[in-house]
Amino acid sequence: MTDRSGGPATTLGAPAPGGGRDDRRPARRPRPRPRTGTGNRPSLGARLRRDWQLLLMTLPAIGLLAVFHYAPTLGNVIAFQNYNPWDGVLGSPWVGLAQFERLFGDPRFWNAVGNTLTIATVQLVFFFPIPIALAILLDSVLSPRLRLLLQSIVYMPHFFSWVLVVTLFQQILGGAGLFSQMLRQNGHAPLEIMSDPDAFLFVVTSQMIWKDAGWGTIIFLAALAAINPNLYESAAVDGAGRWRRIWHITLPGLRPVIVLLLILKLGDILNVGFEQFFLQRDAFGSGVSEVLDTFIYHQTLVTGNFSAGAVAGLTKGLIGLVLILIANKTAHRMGENGIYRRV
Amino acid sequence: MSTLFKDRPVWAERPGLPTRLTKNATLAAIATVVVLPLYVVVLTSLSPASAVNEAGGLVVIPAGISFQAYADLFSGGVVTRAVLVSLGVTLVGTAVSLAATILAAYGLSRPGSLWHRPLLFAVLLTFLFAPGMIPLYLLVSDLGLIDSYWSLILPTAVNAFNLVVMRAFFMNLPGEISDSARVDGAGEWTILTRLVLPMSKGVTAVIGLFYAVGYWNAFFNAVLYINDNSKWPLQLVLRQYVQQGQQISSSSVVGEAVQGTASAPNLAIQMAIVVVALVPVTFVYPLVQKHFTKGVIIGAVKG
Repeated sequence: MTDRSGGPATTLGAPAPGGGRDDRRPARRPRPRPRTGTGNRPSLGARLRRDWQLLLMTLPAIGLLAVFHYAPTLGNVIAFQNYNPWDGVLGSPWVGLAQFERLFGDPRFWNAVGNTLTIATVQLVFFFPIPIALAILLDSVLSPRLRLLLQSIVYMPHFFSWVLVVTLFQQILGGAGLFSQMLRQNGHAPLEIMSDPDAFLFVVTSQMIWKDAGWGTIIFLAALAAINPNLYESAAVDGAGRWRRIWHITLPGLRPVIVLLLILKLGDILNVGFEQFFLQRDAFGSGVSEVLDTFIYHQTLVTGNFSAGAVAGLTKGLIGLVLILIANKTAHRMGENGIYRRV
Repeated sequence: MSTLFKDRPVWAERPGLPTRLTKNATLAAIATVVVLPLYVVVLTSLSPASAVNEAGGLVVIPAGISFQAYADLFSGGVVTRAVLVSLGVTLVGTAVSLAATILAAYGLSRPGSLWHRPLLFAVLLTFLFAPGMIPLYLLVSDLGLIDSYWSLILPTAVNAFNLVVMRAFFMNLPGEISDSARVDGAGEWTILTRLVLPMSKGVTAVIGLFYAVGYWNAFFNAVLYINDNSKWPLQLVLRQYVQQGQQISSSSVVGEAVQGTASAPNLAIQMAIVVVALVPVTFVYPLVQKHFTKGVIIGAVKG
């Protein structure tokens, strides 16, 4: 699984690859001129002799990406087939768009789409602002040692697996968990939120906040450190109090990062995460917890209908691609770097 | 460390008592919410049967200490094996990932080198789309990797984001040193291992940690590709015996050596499994924490 959340803080988004200025062809090399003569540009053979070691070094990574990213991407052709494993891709019958028609006529697919969008919206409204607030709060802690301690604590859950996080939540908030145990000992009914479909959004959002809100502060803390302290000083001299300084200096200082992350989040809206929902599907029921990725899994690897899963995956991938392109376009419009740079 | 002020600047007013109290209470609450579950889990795993019975579940107030649960887990049953599998996959996987990532990041870091633009483009393109679960599953299956530990390593071995971060870091190193080494006839391998890597310990540590944590935590890959439950990594065991609460006493979680003898309470064993999954991550990451901001931000800003 190409788990994009596995990387370092995907929310950061902006690795702005594609090379910066330093990546452009060095100015001293002449622009490729019309190839009339030998020119100054070294011949292919000469460049190969010069750079073969570098090329060799890229080979393992490029090979791995080719085999485990590009090849399976091509494998999506089975979405247009009635694939069965015995006949393989070449032998399976082609069915055109029939798989798509079947998918779009499947109410469970639309249920998964609806759940995905609901979860993404709730994440955006209730999760997104928290790292910002937390970063401002952490940044206001003056003692460096205390701040380091707090940072260590809030970053930590980011490194726990979803199995672990879900397990911890169950142990604390589940029907047999710590709180239920206390409630029961005091003669109350146990807590049932870990299996109550109505509490699903609350539970999964809490889990996300617990796991990743702290980690999400990193980029905001960096942006806070980049704000010119003189601004605060002059504002204070002019009589602006603490809250007005936050409102008029801190938040505007964070604005570019906030806008960028927001746009990237919108482009990534179909990727709400996977394991979290997979793990809790049985407890909450597929009605609320089935997202697109779990739908694909249960469509295919449980029923054995590979084409049905591939068609759902391809649909999701294509919509995701369009969303990312739009998001980047928007980021560029607003003068920011998206996940890739304008060329 | 990212902060604006080392001390309170002269112009800043000292906040009033209510503000300070609210702030400190908020910080304390946040820290508690993160730490409390971990505390309870660790404490329960270390509690003797009497304490677990008395608490009627998870133990909040310490009452005695017992390592019985860990002794049971590491007596050669399912968990012992799963820990070994996870450790092996993590070590080998991290080595493979780091090697491939460092080599490619360096190979693509020289402006103007042959074909570096199309190759870089091929790496970056992977940001835009994921291959999809089903075709990837079929590929892994066609390669005969089902039930092979390599299925837990190879598909996720290269993370394009990490590669780009690393490359950005290499490009920001002063070029003069490697240039002069090249003039002196040093090969690229020598330059990478003797000059570039020693200057890149921080970023290597962070990216190594990201990969290692990824492998240690990998769960769904194993759900897909590992059918043979004797090859399960720890996260699957955690799910089956703790999250799904499959009874442990009835299974072979504990080794034969301790079966029949007085063993730790079920809950303590479950919590000990949680702790085993938790501990490596918790202990390794403070070591590289100081590099986080650097590593992550360089990737984000410098490109």
